[in-house]
Amino acid sequence: MSILDSKIPEGPLADKWTKHKDTINLVNPANKRNIDIIVVGTGLAGGSAAATLAELGYNVKTFCYQDSPRRAHSIAAQGGINAAKNYQGDGDSVYRLFYDTVKGGDYRSREANVHRLAEVSTNIIDQCVAQGVPFAREYGGLLDNRSFGGVLVSRTFYAKGQTGQQLLLGAYSAMNRQIKRGKIKSHTRHEMLDIVKIDGKARGIIARDLVTGEIERHSAHAVVIASGGYGNLFYLSTYAMGSNVTATWKAHRRGAYFANPCYTQIHPTCIPVSGDHQSKLTLMSESLRNDGRIWVPKRKEDAEAIRAGKLKPTQLSEEERDYYLERRYPAFGNLVPRDVASRAAKERCDAGFGVNKTGEAVYLDFASAIQRYGQEKAYTSGVDNPTKEEITKLGAEVVEAKYGNLFQMYEKIVDENPYRTPMMIYPAVHYAMGGLWVDYNLQTTIPGCYAAGEANFSDHGANRLGASALMQGLADGYFVLPYTIGDYLSHDIRTGKIPTDTPEFDQAEKDVKDRIEKLMGGSGEHSVDYYHKKLGKIMWNKCGMSRNEKDLKEAIEEIAALREDFWKNVKVPGTADSMNPELEKAGRVADFLELGELFAKDALNRNESCGGHFREESVEQDGEQKGEALRDDKNFKYVSAWEYKGEPKDAQLHKEDLIFENIELKTRSYK
Amino acid sequence: MNLTLKIWRQKDAQSQGKIVDYPISGIEEDMSFLEMLDVLNEELITKGEEPVVFDHDCREGICGACSLQINGQPHGPDRLITVCQLHMRSFKDGDTIFIEPFRAKAFPVIKDLMIDRSAFDRIQQAGGYISVNTSGNTVDANAIPIEKEKADDAFAAATCIGCGACVAACKNASAMLFTSAKVSQFALLPQGQVEASNRVLAMVNQMDEEGFGNCTNTGACEIECPKGISLENIARMNREYMKASMKG
Amino acid sequence: MGGLIKSSVARKVAMALSGLFLVFFLLQHFTINFTSIFSADVFNELSHFMGTNPLVQFVLQPILIFGVVFHFVMGFILEIKNRNARAVKYARFKGGANSSWVSRNMIYSGLVILAFLGLHFYDFWVPEIVHKYIEFAPEDTSRYYHELLEKFVSPTRTGLYVLSFVFLALHLWHGFASSFQSVGFNNKYSVGATKFAKAFSIVIPLGFIIIALVLHLNHNH
Repeated sequence: MSILDSKIPEGPLADKWTKHKDTINLVNPANKRNIDIIVVGTGLAGGSAAATLAELGYNVKTFCYQDSPRRAHSIAAQGGINAAKNYQGDGDSVYRLFYDTVKGGDYRSREANVHRLAEVSTNIIDQCVAQGVPFAREYGGLLDNRSFGGVLVSRTFYAKGQTGQQLLLGAYSAMNRQIKRGKIKSHTRHEMLDIVKIDGKARGIIARDLVTGEIERHSAHAVVIASGGYGNLFYLSTYAMGSNVTATWKAHRRGAYFANPCYTQIHPTCIPVSGDHQSKLTLMSESLRNDGRIWVPKRKEDAEAIRAGKLKPTQLSEEERDYYLERRYPAFGNLVPRDVASRAAKERCDAGFGVNKTGEAVYLDFASAIQRYGQEKAYTSGVDNPTKEEITKLGAEVVEAKYGNLFQMYEKIVDENPYRTPMMIYPAVHYAMGGLWVDYNLQTTIPGCYAAGEANFSDHGANRLGASALMQGLADGYFVLPYTIGDYLSHDIRTGKIPTDTPEFDQAEKDVKDRIEKLMGGSGEHSVDYYHKKLGKIMWNKCGMSRNEKDLKEAIEEIAALREDFWKNVKVPGTADSMNPELEKAGRVADFLELGELFAKDALNRNESCGGHFREESVEQDGEQKGEALRDDKNFKYVSAWEYKGEPKDAQLHKEDLIFENIELKTRSYK
Repeated sequence: MNLTLKIWRQKDAQSQGKIVDYPISGIEEDMSFLEMLDVLNEELITKGEEPVVFDHDCREGICGACSLQINGQPHGPDRLITVCQLHMRSFKDGDTIFIEPFRAKAFPVIKDLMIDRSAFDRIQQAGGYISVNTSGNTVDANAIPIEKEKADDAFAAATCIGCGACVAACKNASAMLFTSAKVSQFALLPQGQVEASNRVLAMVNQMDEEGFGNCTNTGACEIECPKGISLENIARMNREYMKASMKG
Repeated sequence: MGGLIKSSVARKVAMALSGLFLVFFLLQHFTINFTSIFSADVFNELSHFMGTNPLVQFVLQPILIFGVVFHFVMGFILEIKNRNARAVKYARFKGGANSSWVSRNMIYSGLVILAFLGLHFYDFWVPEIVHKYIEFAPEDTSRYYHELLEKFVSPTRTGLYVLSFVFLALHLWHGFASSFQSVGFNNKYSVGATKFAKAFSIVIPLGFIIIALVLHLNHNH
């Protein structure tokens, strides 16, 4: 029996959440006034949780490293948010959303959590509309939906290509209302550097004021960590530059188990790397795959000629192109899930068919969509015998109406016109399904420490479906955590204010200061970025889209060596008692250097291919699925939760067995 | 390409700052402007000097953190982009580039090119929201149909990223475009009607208290806005304000 | 006056309304003056009416003076506030990239017009007041046209008037159209309204210039 207690309520799946809400302890309004809660991170999960907790009457303190809660990286989500509203009448239901999410996650998530997510998804849309979030609408005035990868219904609500921004600004406005009421104290440009435990319970944090460099103590009756994902481990990713693992990693070091670190999502349609100077990758929305066709040249000589700049893609005829997704997956074609599309692109590039100067790019071509739309448009607008030019012009107009802002963004970055020449794309790290292990109440293994949104591991299994990240962040923040946390806090109504002048706070503050001093005291050979880039290379090459035992073992060694070198030779200019972005980065990279090793250890342990985690040793050997990912339910149908034991290599594995009572485990096939 | 950078350096909010010259070479055309600054900072760190501090985060034009006045224009010479989307191909070999923080009394400098834009947060806190609790029992999202055109206009106003380019571009350092965008978003939606009067009065009042200048309709804000927020929003806010004032 | 209307939006609206009022006055002033170049009699008659009608003299004239004073005092107050809103100036500021010169320099075109108003009052309004209320000189209904001609004898004064009208055009070019935006008028009719305002801001000052030149030349004949 595992020591992990997921606290999943008894009863039929569909009743669990309702019953749980009905039976958990509550805190009466008068007592809520005496209870403080710290929320670290103010994205969709943190912002919505902070606002809701404050509405309920708790005293909330929020912390974010950005200069305003509005800039959390949830803002960059483009596509949309799923909800089982069934407004389109196309057969959607809570069960179907639940089923799609579990299947999309390759059967590595908890049934009860995912079902709850699907249940509250509908409330999210109601809540956001009431807040004034301007979702896209149809001419009849009702909400519009679009379809996303891996599902058969239209359940995605959206606000052009800026859904994350609109939802985040909604949560931010709800926060603002509480800030004005005095129920939220917002600490911006602050970074949490440790969690403080008293008698085994989370009772506060140590934070650094990034402007003054001051180390501050903040106490509370509970701490919520909603600091997002750790994809910046790879250096190059679609995450914001400041996105980091520090808050979750500090909680991990203080006793919170870290679950499934090796589950990261690599998104297939990003703008490729152009050179060593690159700091960040830009996502092109998944929606582009609805109309774009992905290909590389059939002949290696043509790919080489293109790389050398001697040949243009438009010069290749249809016969000379390899539409490899359509070839390999005739049923889903260009709309296979993200993990499948990403691996297929890597496979072609590794085989020498890449099309940009680094050899790591494939084409996303809109030429046939432009022709198709052009002909339709010419027909509907009554143009007889249109010329090719007319068709192209009309088609380009349709494509512009659908994807204009994305095409414009592409042209700004790459300086090529995607209406005339195919886009170049390549996969990039985009989301972390892994995170702090939490039980059904979203509590970590530290009592009083909760994790919400991307920071926890709970809902997406080994692969996340498009438009589900926003759903989970808001579900956790608006509708789950504010209730479940009451069950824990109901025991704290007589505790009173937590003092900060205790030995536990003294010790935590000292640890933080010592660590900063150590970072500032490096001998000074290399900048922080030097190490971050090196770490990213190891991760990308050995723990990236496909993994094997040899590479993972090497990665573990290399990361440990790099970490040792970092602590000896990193150079952090400036002082600790002032605004110092290099010091901030150094602290974050130091944590990534530990996480990276655990990541590789987790990937090594999981000798199966599931979702975003692909082990070369675990592929189908024959039949129709030959060469595709092979999941091993017999040996790996569990959550890996790692306990911190000093060095990452000493981390201890705890397994939470996943029980599927409502869904039959099947092989994911997109053939 | 080789460039001469003239960058505002300022130790902290209390100190005096000045423009310092930095020659830089080996810049490639497909670097973003911020990546060019990364190269400079890497050089400064190697030389044992303090790197230039500037705000940046998402580097894809949506978070609104980056805030540089480049050669006298917010977010540089191109239109409808933020600094992180500006690429070095917009410059020529041998160019001299002035890089300054967005300047306004309400946006004090924190260090070098980094400014404090919390004034924007306070304007939002004054009334930039709809007072509805999270309950899960609000009416169904489709209970109130909203004219598509209105919803689209509300969305267009809501795309503001709060970067402050409008203030930086305005000769009066006025925050009218920013404030009016939020007022407009809610004024255009039925959900926003109930609190419309209080909202516009409170937000304008806070905007004035922060020390922003007054709008003189030069239109610079609209042109420099990375999201193309329209001047119509200012007109709408003026209407809303007059309506609210007359209501008393 | 700044204290009376505190909010920036209210001030902006007040600037626009006082400006629109002055634009209307300008049209009326122009219409009367225009008669001077083809009929001295009509001009005399209208001037006599305006100069003696109690409603004009004791109601409209004070309102006009208040409007003028309000417009420029508020202009100064706003200018000071706007300058203070940016304590540290940019080393380089490329205003021309995103806005017109006239829109950014209303204070200067306004100052020139204010200086002109000083001259204009000295030329016409002060003598009128002296004539009517200090000397209590007997009313002569045909004196106006001659007095007008007298003023435009000097090429310097004529030149100053012409120059001032050029600045008036610049001021109106931005101010008139911009006042619509200030009072919240921005809709599908705005394009037409703006065109009208731009045309007005050229035609009226140009008309004043023609009047000044015609009067100057008339006298020399």
